[in-house]
Amino acid sequence: MTDATISAGVVDAQAPKRRDIRLKKRYAAERRFRFYGQAAIFLGLLFLAILLWTVVSKGMGAFQQTMITVPVEFSQSVIDPKNKRAEDPNVLLMANYPVLARNALVKALGVDPDDKKAVKQVGGLISDSSRVELRSYVMDNPQVIGQTVPVTMTANGLVDSTLKGHIDLNVPEDRRQVSDREVAWINQLVHDGIMSKQFNTGIFVNGASSRAETAGVGVAIIGSFYMMLIVLVLALPIGVAASIYLEEFAPKNRWTDLIEVNINNLAAVPSIVFGLLGLAVFINFMGLPRSASLVGGLVLTLMTLPTIIIATRAALKAVPPSIRAAALGIGASKMQMVFHHVLPLAAPGILTGTIIGLAQALGETAPLLLIGMVAFVVDYPATPMDPATALPVQIFMWANEAERAFVERTSGAIIILLLFLAVMNIAAIILRRKFERRW
Amino acid sequence: MNMMSEAATEKAVNAPADEPVIKMRGKDVCVFYGPKQALYDVNLNIRENAVTALIGPSGCGKSTFLRTLNRMNDTIENCRVTGDITLDGEDIYDQAIDVVELRARVGMVFQKPNPFPKSIYENIVYGPRIHGLVRNKAEMDDVVEKSLIRAGLFNEVKDRLHEPGTGLSGGQQQRLCIARAIAVSPEVILMDEPCSALDPIATATVEELIHELRENYTIVIVTHSMQQAARVSQRTAMFHLGVLVEEGATAKIFTNPDDPRTQDYITGRFG
Repeated sequence: MTDATISAGVVDAQAPKRRDIRLKKRYAAERRFRFYGQAAIFLGLLFLAILLWTVVSKGMGAFQQTMITVPVEFSQSVIDPKNKRAEDPNVLLMANYPVLARNALVKALGVDPDDKKAVKQVGGLISDSSRVELRSYVMDNPQVIGQTVPVTMTANGLVDSTLKGHIDLNVPEDRRQVSDREVAWINQLVHDGIMSKQFNTGIFVNGASSRAETAGVGVAIIGSFYMMLIVLVLALPIGVAASIYLEEFAPKNRWTDLIEVNINNLAAVPSIVFGLLGLAVFINFMGLPRSASLVGGLVLTLMTLPTIIIATRAALKAVPPSIRAAALGIGASKMQMVFHHVLPLAAPGILTGTIIGLAQALGETAPLLLIGMVAFVVDYPATPMDPATALPVQIFMWANEAERAFVERTSGAIIILLLFLAVMNIAAIILRRKFERRW
Repeated sequence: MNMMSEAATEKAVNAPADEPVIKMRGKDVCVFYGPKQALYDVNLNIRENAVTALIGPSGCGKSTFLRTLNRMNDTIENCRVTGDITLDGEDIYDQAIDVVELRARVGMVFQKPNPFPKSIYENIVYGPRIHGLVRNKAEMDDVVEKSLIRAGLFNEVKDRLHEPGTGLSGGQQQRLCIARAIAVSPEVILMDEPCSALDPIATATVEELIHELRENYTIVIVTHSMQQAARVSQRTAMFHLGVLVEEGATAKIFTNPDDPRTQDYITGRFG
């Protein structure tokens, strides 16, 4: 006892010699590494923020559209001068509706109706789509002929851009698309409450249009929806069946190794190659129609299969072997083991993989270009065999347009696409949380 | 004293006349994992309604032998079994025997408790259901209750039959696994170190259970604990390096073994 105290005291007195175990360097290395990690994350977040800010600030305007609400005089002398609409329904179809719109606006602005040049310019404030808008209004309500009724019409894309401030008014008048007189009119119309920005439902429901103010992603959304449906219906069962066979039933030999390597390689094949394959096989060889969502869906299925197979195999591998042993140990057949125990436990992983695969397919553009989905499609596709476009392809097409209003719409469509992707990814996370089981 | 306990054991086996009933018989059993041989010509008989303990140091092949008895080795790639193993005189590796039916007759309890991540009720009723042994709710309730009572778990879980089996304690989970195994009314129960993941109190409960189950089932148990083998078994087989060193009445093996390797192992000189 005393010995121990004494010896301890001696050691203390000698000021213990500490080994140099490079503590300082080790901690410095750790701090450095932490800093690198934080810097990388910060950089990533910064770029994400810049991207989102650019897209949102440019694209939010696309969800508003300038509309003109004026009392329009549906004069019989313009629509049906010979009063033959009772016998000939084409009269109402062929009538010169833009004149009605122009006259209404001329009256509202107080422009001299005899000043031909001014009248023509006033007419330019209204979109050409007023022809369709007024026609369908008259066709639905034939009794308005001869009356004056307030009607809401779409303004021209340039007017829309001017009102949203996208056109630089400091540029000399002869070098800009909107004249000073037009700007004055626009200001007057806004002041009178005739012209106003309203929520743009058109961008969601309209099909393709060469006029920015009436272009929308309606056809693209339907086309993308058909394709997602086809991918889900084909890729999920095929992918899951293939993974179950490879993971649970197939013997592990050179052939299955080869298949596995090839599936992994397939996941890395550039998507445009799948487009070429689709063009050669589905369109040229099988004779399926061009621009059809069916072909797009088939091509995207081929692209998504490796993703789903890899995710499913990983999910199956993650099921503990003890569960398999337990099932086999009480006499379950291999099939029962897989379908009663392994598959339910792997389901969250499979679901996540599938949704991520679908999201990937939703954003895919290149293969769709090759199978002719870069098309000008105005009408909704009734079936997957009809011509359609897809959301990313629509973005690609709009990005090629020069008009300011199309630039805005490009960002607007990107926002719509990003929203769909966000919803799908959130669904994947929620499903995984909900079905995840602990063991 | 030793002779007496051995005689008592023999009697408990309730053999007609003096001849004990052999439930399973292994003859010249060799097991290969790929090119590596794990078992060499094992000849071992498993007596009916007795507990046979397989002991030996790690890697000696006792678990491998246990798994040949219900063909769980079939699930391992490259595993090859030669020799004859019979259950009631039938060769279990014969083509005429279906492995699913065999496993319904020879149940298994594993080292780590592995209940399905489902309710206690579902865990037990699963086996009878896939084998078509229960036809309606009443029969299912019945088999769940009986199995849990036999496994000595009923009183602890009767109020939470529909809660997940994975929520039980380790010892309860292992008894649930035993209940799950006996729910399909097997003839033989194989136990692969059933207590190695349990604490001493849970171990004692499971050992008591094994003792009671012996009346209705033939039990083969692999254990690392010599004391456990001595406590629960009537017959003991000692394996070493893939060879069956010695087999006999537990009392004799632990007091007067014939082979020096057994002597060394049970006295703790290796293993």
